[in-house]
Amino acid sequence: MKNHVLRPLWIVLAAIAVFMVVRHFIVPADFGVEEGGNFTYNYHRLSANDDWKNFKVKYRGREYCQECHEENVESILQSPHAIIQCENCHGPAIDHPDNPEALAIDTSRGQCLRCHTYLPYPTSQRSEIPGFEDPEDHNPDENCVDCHNPHNPDLENM
Amino acid sequence: MSCSRRDLLKNTFKTTLAATLPLSAFKMLSPAEVKAYTGDSSIRWVFLVDTRKCVGCGLCVKACKNENEIPWDPPISRTWVERYVLMRNGRAHIDSPMAGRDGFTDSKIRENEIPPDQISKGFFVPKLCNQCEKPTCVQVCPVGATYQTQDGIVLVDRTWCIGCGYCIMACPYGMRFFHPVYKVAEKCTFCYHRIKKGMKTACVQNCPFGARRIGNMKNPNDPVTKLIMNERVAVLKDEYGTKPQVYYIGLDTNVR
Repeated sequence: MKNHVLRPLWIVLAAIAVFMVVRHFIVPADFGVEEGGNFTYNYHRLSANDDWKNFKVKYRGREYCQECHEENVESILQSPHAIIQCENCHGPAIDHPDNPEALAIDTSRGQCLRCHTYLPYPTSQRSEIPGFEDPEDHNPDENCVDCHNPHNPDLENM
Repeated sequence: MSCSRRDLLKNTFKTTLAATLPLSAFKMLSPAEVKAYTGDSSIRWVFLVDTRKCVGCGLCVKACKNENEIPWDPPISRTWVERYVLMRNGRAHIDSPMAGRDGFTDSKIRENEIPPDQISKGFFVPKLCNQCEKPTCVQVCPVGATYQTQDGIVLVDRTWCIGCGYCIMACPYGMRFFHPVYKVAEKCTFCYHRIKKGMKTACVQNCPFGARRIGNMKNPNDPVTKLIMNERVAVLKDEYGTKPQVYYIGLDTNVR
């Protein structure tokens, strides 16, 4: 074959070779479909699973809080607020008491009004929760927790 | 050498047949290989949302954002709560302000006053990734950065995603979004780091009303599996054929 035909062919072959070499170094060794075997859905870097598994857990749950704050957990379990997890108001524990040393408690009106704003939806359980039609009518400048104890929201024992 | 027309045709047919049969068709697979190929594992995570129990407090969204380090103020979230208020005249008011992060504390919807006496029904629908059996978002990824794990969770490899956004377009549920910090596609992982440690997802753990539940579809004794098998449940956008794995109790036809 003539030289001017072959020359571009060598260039193309060289380019492919360079691509394969570069690809070999860039693509992680554990890339493939070993897990699952389906090329459409399982083609991935195998260690990406571990990256996600090692993500930091922040919400530790009531049992974690109970290890030290037994009394507070007991008190809320006696009340209708027993269904609410500690960390919903006290913030995620993460590694408390090491890090953070103190949790930032959400004492805002908004936190209470999430449930205790009355919404007139006859088919929703929301309308069965005691709440304000207009929260602005009731001490709008004060936090609810200044008067109401969230661990014992009983209006009789205020 | 002589060759009749009949022989020529016969041999051509035989050779073509032999050539089209790949060698792999004769390969013996070990049971383990078959198991791996069919994607068999003992866990298949599924989610069950009881819309009748949701009151729209938004604590799930708050917990999700904190747990998964999703920036607080941009209007992005791995999970969100939608409010549906259907009027007697057939109109539907639907909203999800800031993904329902701060709950629903106003009866106004998009600045519209809603007369209570004309409401026929009002309810809340939490949404999250459906972890589809046939995820479209995975099919379109050009680099293999998003994939389905053995237990059915669709994950994004943050080191490998190029941020092209194809998956954001492909998801029929509008579930995916762009993470402004990592500059990659982001999605709900069913809190993969938690469920792998035997914990519940952040949204399930922090829902006071038990509207959200997670279970293993491959365990017939799992209470969630039992509910899905026995209750009347529905999924979102079944017609897309993605086989979504978030099941809903009490789904209304207005919910899309």
